[in-house]
Amino acid sequence: MLDDFMTRAVLAGLGLVLATGPLGAFVVWRRMAYFGDSTAHAAILGVAMSFAFAMPLYLGTLAVVVAMGLTVAWLSGRGQSSDTVLGVIAHSALALGLVAASFVPALRSDLETYLFGDILAIGRADLLWIWAGSLAVLGLILWRWQRMVTASVNEELAMASGINPSFERLILSLALAVIVAIAIRIVGALLISALLIIPAAAARGLSGTPERMAGSASVIGAIAVIAGLGASLALDSPAGPSIVVVAAAIYALSLVFYRRY
Amino acid sequence: MCPLCRRDAGQGDGMTPLVRAEMVSVSHPGADRPVISQISMRIEPAEIVTVVGPNGSGKSTLVRALLGQVPLSSGKVERLDGLRIGYVPQRVHIERAMPMTVRRFLSLPVRVSDAQAAHVLARTGVPGLERRQIISLSGGQFQRVLLARALLNAPQLLVLDEPTQGLDQPGIIAFYQLIEEVRAETGAAVLMVSHDLLVVMRASDKVVCLNGHVCCQGTPQAVSAAPEYRALFGAESQGTLALYRHHHDHDHDHVAGGHQHSPDCGHHPQEFQA
Repeated sequence: MLDDFMTRAVLAGLGLVLATGPLGAFVVWRRMAYFGDSTAHAAILGVAMSFAFAMPLYLGTLAVVVAMGLTVAWLSGRGQSSDTVLGVIAHSALALGLVAASFVPALRSDLETYLFGDILAIGRADLLWIWAGSLAVLGLILWRWQRMVTASVNEELAMASGINPSFERLILSLALAVIVAIAIRIVGALLISALLIIPAAAARGLSGTPERMAGSASVIGAIAVIAGLGASLALDSPAGPSIVVVAAAIYALSLVFYRRY
Repeated sequence: MCPLCRRDAGQGDGMTPLVRAEMVSVSHPGADRPVISQISMRIEPAEIVTVVGPNGSGKSTLVRALLGQVPLSSGKVERLDGLRIGYVPQRVHIERAMPMTVRRFLSLPVRVSDAQAAHVLARTGVPGLERRQIISLSGGQFQRVLLARALLNAPQLLVLDEPTQGLDQPGIIAFYQLIEEVRAETGAAVLMVSHDLLVVMRASDKVVCLNGHVCCQGTPQAVSAAPEYRALFGAESQGTLALYRHHHDHDHDHVAGGHQHSPDCGHHPQEFQA
């Protein structure tokens, strides 16, 4: 069954949206979109370093992305979380990654693979990484769900209940880093933020509780993966961007059915 | 006695205070002056204590220090062992991006039963709001939902940081009546930060005037024996601004000991004896 590239692509996409639904909901609730971009853009630097030092792709990317996530989390913990600072970091990380990639001959030809993903080239080993990472993140979020939701509603309420909001923020940053690393071959560094934010935003108008929004985001993500891959096959359009376009269409449609929750 | 948890929320150990602060100071790192300095105060079971003071006088910092949420630079805070606290923070803002029903909100972070949720909502005068979205509530309704959530663990101490912000005058009076009812019914002590001086003097057992340090504290009756009390009520008719001005350039010649203070009032806190 796994011999078919289309099957592997669908499985990879479904594995990813399992975690991006709930995680994307937190990104939307906590206004972490730029934060996600900063982390994701650092992934190109991670890919370049993996190639340069002949490290396994996922490990090298994960290391750089985690370092980036911690740095940004540390900066925002010090009250530096302005749009400007995050914008500087996000785009500098991308530019630095592109410059670094230009010094790695092996990477120069298929840089696009890592910017926009290449879900149709997913192999069995990739699938293992994707599902392991996604399930780990999903487990982490479910385990800390009540604490994370409370901290996202109001940090003072959370502190009064004995929750440490900084710690929950750190956990989310780490979860985000793992998702970015495993998504690098599926939708690439530039579009992973889209897969986090758009399904969650579409789920917002259809959901009355945090749980429903997180679950709906995963379902919408899954529909986008399947329909996007179908469209890619039919129209010969690039797969990753097609998935994002379908997600955006669902978001537009959700505005029509928006209930005032 | 709470009918649901079958606990008497207010019971303390007779004369043991729920919270006792001794010479507490808090400084922010890098700041040259402490936010609050040498605060001594106590909260007894079932009493309503209100902290008043101008903006930047350290009211919220004092509350957080009493709750153990900020590190002290000196002094100590003793809380009763296992003290159950219900907390309503200042200005709770819920992102529109987050769907949240009243019912779901009450189950954060500890899940409660439908019966418990209905009980506290009825107690705070907003029964049947369970399925409403938080962001669709009026300011008064939301404050009552916050209070309901704070009542869920049968608190011995309710802490309310400017609970009537954004409410109109009838709303403020109704809210303080509710607080008094809750206190009478559950026996919980109440620590409140407030700007609503008109109501404070009537609704509190003890008033703490704060301006970085404790300018004065005591029962409204005890304070009323002092010229400062008349100044308070004289100022009341002229609005809160005049009252705060009074706090800035006050002296303490009426205080036991009869000693004078300079306008910046860098003295140890004085407590009025009832």
